[in-house]
Amino acid sequence: MNYDKIEQAAARRDRVRRAVTYTLLTLWALIVLFPFYWMLLSSVKSYSAYNGEYVPRFFTLSPTLQNYVDAFTTVNLARYFTNTLLFTAATTAIMMVVIIFAAYAFARLDFPGKNLVFALFLSLMMIPGELVVITNFVTITNWGMRNTFWGLILPSVTSVFYIYLLKENFEQIPEELYKAAKVDGTSDLKYLFKVMLPISQPTVVTIVILKVIECWNSYVWPRLITDDEAYFLVSNGIQEIRENGFGRENIPAMMAAVVVISVPLIVLFLIFHKKIMAGVSRGGTKG
Amino acid sequence: MNKNGKAWLYLLPAIAFLGVFMVYPLVDVFVYSFEEGYNSASQTFWGIGLYNYAYVLHDPYFLQAVKNTFLLVIITVPLSTGLALLISVGLNAIKPLRELYQTVFFLPYVTNTLAVGLVFMILFKKTAYSDGLINLLIHFFGGRSVDFIDGPYWAKMLVMCIYTVWVVMPFKILILTSALASVRQDYYNAAKIDGTSRWRTFTRITLPMISPMIFYLVITGFIGAFKAYSDEVAIFGTDLNAAGMNTIVGYVYDMLYGDSGGYPSYASAAALILFAIVLTITVINLMISRKNVQY
Repeated sequence: MNYDKIEQAAARRDRVRRAVTYTLLTLWALIVLFPFYWMLLSSVKSYSAYNGEYVPRFFTLSPTLQNYVDAFTTVNLARYFTNTLLFTAATTAIMMVVIIFAAYAFARLDFPGKNLVFALFLSLMMIPGELVVITNFVTITNWGMRNTFWGLILPSVTSVFYIYLLKENFEQIPEELYKAAKVDGTSDLKYLFKVMLPISQPTVVTIVILKVIECWNSYVWPRLITDDEAYFLVSNGIQEIRENGFGRENIPAMMAAVVVISVPLIVLFLIFHKKIMAGVSRGGTKG
Repeated sequence: MNKNGKAWLYLLPAIAFLGVFMVYPLVDVFVYSFEEGYNSASQTFWGIGLYNYAYVLHDPYFLQAVKNTFLLVIITVPLSTGLALLISVGLNAIKPLRELYQTVFFLPYVTNTLAVGLVFMILFKKTAYSDGLINLLIHFFGGRSVDFIDGPYWAKMLVMCIYTVWVVMPFKILILTSALASVRQDYYNAAKIDGTSRWRTFTRITLPMISPMIFYLVITGFIGAFKAYSDEVAIFGTDLNAAGMNTIVGYVYDMLYGDSGGYPSYASAAALILFAIVLTITVINLMISRKNVQY
């Protein structure tokens, strides 16, 4: 019965291995989730309760929403929030128009110099944003667009990478469909909006979501281009709140603001997590 | 309208935006970096030369920024890539709950790093009324508490590295998990039949098969870490020079704007130095990968 023993030992080793694996994964999941839990927890503790705890408690029995009221009344959180919504919506919408037309021209139309222009476009993907920010800052300043929405929006309404992604997608649509549409007398534009875009919808949605995430989190450019609080986005708002917000280091109120800022993207992620992860693994870069 | 005209018309917005906000700035940044004594108010300068580069390279703030950035890169890139590999292998080995774990692990990618950085700061910060959670943990295990936000250099560097790893992990885990999943099962079956040990299977089959993706992550990791900036702002506030925690990108932006700003020439020179560093490191990486990666 030696054979049985070997099998038992192997099964035991398997169990141990699985236990170790799950422990490791759970540990990392806790490390990932803990900051979110902590911000939520701190945001519902009252100011006095929070500051009275030398050893912070891991739960609270008397949650309060007062901090959320403070976050919206003491600082301009609602303003930052609507600014960011407006900025995100406008930037994404304009970018979609720009890249859809560019991708369409590259994918469906033939014109002399197309390959050369496309190669030049692709080579622009290698340029780090840090190099061009300096001149863009000067350009926008010279145009008198500091502290305006246009100044915030204009430099980020094109993306070579998304043009490339969409073009690849457009090219997969069979040529026959285009010819059939032509025979029926469909105009190019109508074909683009009635046939190509609906077929490419998954890619379009992915691009929109990735751009929305990028806009919502953008910090550097808005910080350079706005110093008037009326045009702050949430990232700048958070810095503003931190440096001269609630006074006396009102951390619970700060955390309430952080929760409000984080929730939209987390909701978006929970709804679209498959799409977002697929999109990022196809071409997101960060980190 | 003829077909050619139409194509150019469709491309016009993209070309216009790229021209104004990418191509022109790219030329301009070189011009700025060689214009000595540029005055942004009067838009005049008194000479052409390498003075800006010399100034930047002798600026103690810049040298501090270079040191911080290199430390950050050297510590976080291997650490996060290794940790991500470990977690991805774990993810690949389990079936139940796998998707849940994957989703949770990806969460930091979509969150506003400035917002979550604030939470990290609170966890590590020592204040009048509380030492902060991390310090209490250290106490609990018998260590001495440290102010991680305003304290000694190594403590600040430690927080910076921990937060950076936390932020970059989702992308790496995502890429490595899909790379691991795409290794063909046949290889593993063959190894099993030959009675190959798990470790040997991992080092002789798994690692070589996913090595292109690992190198991709190392290269993008290097590039990303060299451009670190907003994660540092999230933890130490906007005045990174005062905290002694500035990065090269932070130095560029500080030169451009802010309390010490108004010097696009110095900013350009620093940005080009950064670009040269990143390019060199990337080329070295590519040369190493050419030798070691199996495609």
